[in-house]
Amino acid sequence: MSAETGALVGDSAVLEATALPALIQALRDEGYEVIGPTARDGAIVFSEYGPADSLPVGYEDSQEGGRYRLIKTAGRRVFDYVVGPKSLKEWFWPPRQPLWTARRGGRGSYTIDPPDPKVAPRRAFVGVRACDLAAMAVNDRTFDNGDFADPAYLKRRDNAIFISVDCARPAATCFCASMNTGPRSSSGFDLALTELEDADTHVFLVRIGTEAGAKVVARVPHRLSVESDLERARAVVTQAVARMERSMVPGIDALLKRNFTHPRWTTVAERCLSCGNCTMVCPTCFCSDVKDHTSLTGDVTTRVRSWDSCFTLDHSYVHGGALRQSRMSRYRQWMTHKLSSWWDQFGVSGCTGCGRCITWCPVGIDITEEARAIAEGDLTQAAE
Amino acid sequence: MDDVLLQEPSLAYAHTHTRAQDAAEPMLPRPFMIERRRKEAGGCFTLWLRDPTGQPFNFRVGQFNMLYVYGVGEVPISIAGDASDPSLLMHTIRGVGAVTDAMGRLKVGDTIGVRGPFGNGWPLDAAVGQDVFFVTSTVGLAPLRGLILETLARREEFGKVVLAYGSRGIHDCLYENDLHAWRARFDMTVYVTAHSAPIGYRGQVGSVAHLIERAEFDPPNTVAFVCRSEAMLPAAFAALEARGVAPDRFYTTMERNMKCAVGFCGHCQRGPTFMCRQGPVYRYSDIQHLFAVREL
Ligand SMILES: Cc1cc2nc3c(=O)[nH]c(=O)nc-3n(C[C@H](O)[C@H](O)[C@H](O)COP(=O)(O)OP(=O)(O)OC[C@H]3O[C@@H](n4cnc5c(N)ncnc54)[C@H](O)[C@@H]3O)c2cc1C
Ligand code: SF4
Ligand code: SF4
Repeated sequence: MSAETGALVGDSAVLEATALPALIQALRDEGYEVIGPTARDGAIVFSEYGPADSLPVGYEDSQEGGRYRLIKTAGRRVFDYVVGPKSLKEWFWPPRQPLWTARRGGRGSYTIDPPDPKVAPRRAFVGVRACDLAAMAVNDRTFDNGDFADPAYLKRRDNAIFISVDCARPAATCFCASMNTGPRSSSGFDLALTELEDADTHVFLVRIGTEAGAKVVARVPHRLSVESDLERARAVVTQAVARMERSMVPGIDALLKRNFTHPRWTTVAERCLSCGNCTMVCPTCFCSDVKDHTSLTGDVTTRVRSWDSCFTLDHSYVHGGALRQSRMSRYRQWMTHKLSSWWDQFGVSGCTGCGRCITWCPVGIDITEEARAIAEGDLTQAAE
Repeated sequence: MDDVLLQEPSLAYAHTHTRAQDAAEPMLPRPFMIERRRKEAGGCFTLWLRDPTGQPFNFRVGQFNMLYVYGVGEVPISIAGDASDPSLLMHTIRGVGAVTDAMGRLKVGDTIGVRGPFGNGWPLDAAVGQDVFFVTSTVGLAPLRGLILETLARREEFGKVVLAYGSRGIHDCLYENDLHAWRARFDMTVYVTAHSAPIGYRGQVGSVAHLIERAEFDPPNTVAFVCRSEAMLPAAFAALEARGVAPDRFYTTMERNMKCAVGFCGHCQRGPTFMCRQGPVYRYSDIQHLFAVREL
C-alpha cells in the first residue's frame, strides 16, 4: 500500500476500513471542519466532529411511513443506514439567518449595514448520499437563479466538499432510483465511497471526483483500484436498486398539471395535519419568512430570515385573508411544486426521492402513493 | 439494472449553470429619503423618494419595489412614476395593515428602505400599431400610471388610446388631476364610472365591466392592460372577451404574498411561476387555465 499512487480525478482507489480515521484526519489536515453522521437521540444526524469523534459503526435504520428506528448491530459495517431527519440544508441556509442590521439615526433616519462579511468555514461533509448531492444541485439553482444569488449561500457552498457514500441498504422509504438521483453518486461529489465487505475483506472503493478529493486521498494509505474492485462496487449498487421498494410514477410532472381538481387531493387532506414536517425535513424545500428583531430601545433592528412552510395559512396571506384556506390546497401546492412546477421554475425536479417526507410525516402520508393514486384516476389523459 | 450503473451523470444535476452576475446582497435595502408626500382619495397617499447618493433609479413601467419601514416590515409596492424621470421615485399606497399604515405615518425627510426594481413590467411594445385599452379602478390606477404616461409620450405609435376607470364614490378618483388632464386631450378617451353615487349624479354609475361593453375601440386590433383586484378580474376578462378581444391580447397584474421579490422565499408562486420574477404582469392566455382552479 502506498500513498504515492498519484491517483487523479476520475481514478478510483481502495482503502481499508481501518483507514477511515486517517481519512477523517486527512480532511482536517487539508483545513476542513469535518461534518459527519452521528447517532444522536435515536437518529442519524449530521454534526461537527470533535477531535475524538469518528464514524458510527454498526448502525442500521428501519424506516416506514411515519416511523424511524435506529438499530445498533454487532456488525462492523459503517454505512448501513441512510438519510435521517436532517438534511444538508441547515448547513447552507440556516433555519435563522440574519440578513442585515439597521441603526436609527436622528429625525426619522436610519442606516442599513450589510451582514458581517465573515468568510464561510471550509467544511467537509462525510457520508452524504447521492440524494443529498442531487439536493445540493437543486439548491444551487434556488439560491442562484440567474438573476439573483444569495451571497451567504454561495460562500458556504464554495467552501464545502462532499465525501459521499453509495447506499448498499436503502430504506423502505427510498425511491431515488426512480428519480434518477441514486443510489450511486453520479456527480457533485469530491470523493464517493462504496463499502465493500465480505467475510475476508472490509474495504472502501473511493472514486475521486475533484482535485480537492485527490489531495485528501493522497494523504491516506490506499492502492489504485483494479477491475474486480469496480465489479464488487457495481454489485453493491445493483442489489441496492433491486431492493428499493418504492418508486415514483413516471410522467409525474405532466400528470399533476392536468389533475388540479383530482378527488385524491381531498382524500389526502383528510389525513394531512398541516404540520409542515415534510417541508422541514425535505432537503430542497426553501420557503422562508423575514422578520425584524428590534432592540428594546428600538435603536437597532436586525432583519432575520427563517424557514417557513407552505402548509401555514400565513404563507399565502394577502390583505383580506389567506389564498390557500383549505388543507387540500396547501398539500396540493406542496406536492405539485416538488414534482411539477419545479421543472418549470428550475429545469429540474424539486424531489430527489430521499423519502424523508414519508418517514417524518406523523400520519405517514407517502408522496409516491399519492402520486400513484392520482395516476390511477388521471382526470384527463395526456393528449396524444 | 446495469443502466443505472452506467448512467452518465444526469445533466440536470451537473453543476453547469452560470452564476448571477450580481452576487451583491439582493436583500439589502437602500435608504431613500421622502422628498414629498400627498394625501390621495380613498385612504391612499403618494410618496416621492430620492436616493441621497444622487444615483438615478432606472425602471420599466409595471415594475415594483420592496419598501421597508424601520422595525415594521417590507412590502411590494408598484412604481407609479414616469420611467423617463429616474431621479425621483413615486409610489402610491393604500393603508391596509401594519406596514402600509406605518408608511402612512412617515414624514417628509424620513428614511424609507428601497429594494428594486423587480418584476417584468408592462409589455407596451406588444401594442404598437394597435388600439390601447387601459382597464382599472381605485388604487389600481397606480401601477398603470407610468404605462399611460409612456403610451402618451409615444402617442404616434398607437391607434386609439382609451382608459376605463372605476371609482367607489364620485369624490374618490385617484390622481384626479391626471384624469382631468387625460380627459382634456383630443387623442385619448377616458371613461369614468362610480360604483355608487347620490341621486341626481349625472355621470356614469355602475361597474367597470359596463364601461368595457360600451367603450369605443377596435376589439380585434386592441391590446388591453388590466389592473384590478383579483376578485374583479374575471368580470373584466369576460367583458373583454365578449367584445372580441382575444385572450392573448390582454395583460393583467396579480398580487401574492412576497417576502423577498428575488425568488428565494417561495411565497409568490402561482402555478408554475414566481410572481416576483415571471410576473407581476401576465398575458391572460398564459394563465387563463389557472383561473379555473380555486385556491391555487
Ligand atoms: C407586485 C405588487 C404590487 C403592489 N403594488 C401596490 C401599490 O402600488 N400600492 C398599494 O397600496 N399596494 C400594492 N400592493 C399590495 C401591498 O403589497 C399590500 O397591501 C401590503 O403588502 C399590505 O401589507 P401590510 O403589512 O400593510 O398589511 P397586512 O394585512 O398587515 O399584511 C401582512 C403581510 O402580508 C403580506 N401581504 C398582505 N397583503 C399583501 C398583498 N396584497 N400583496 C403582497 N403581500 C401582501 C405582506 O408581507 C404584509 O406585510 C402590491 C402588491 C404586489 C404583490
Ligand atoms: S419531497 Fe420528500 S422524497 Fe422528495 S426530496 Fe423532499 S423529502 Fe425527499
Ligand atoms: S403531509 Fe404529513 S408531514 Fe406534511 S404537512 Fe401533512 S401531516 Fe405534516
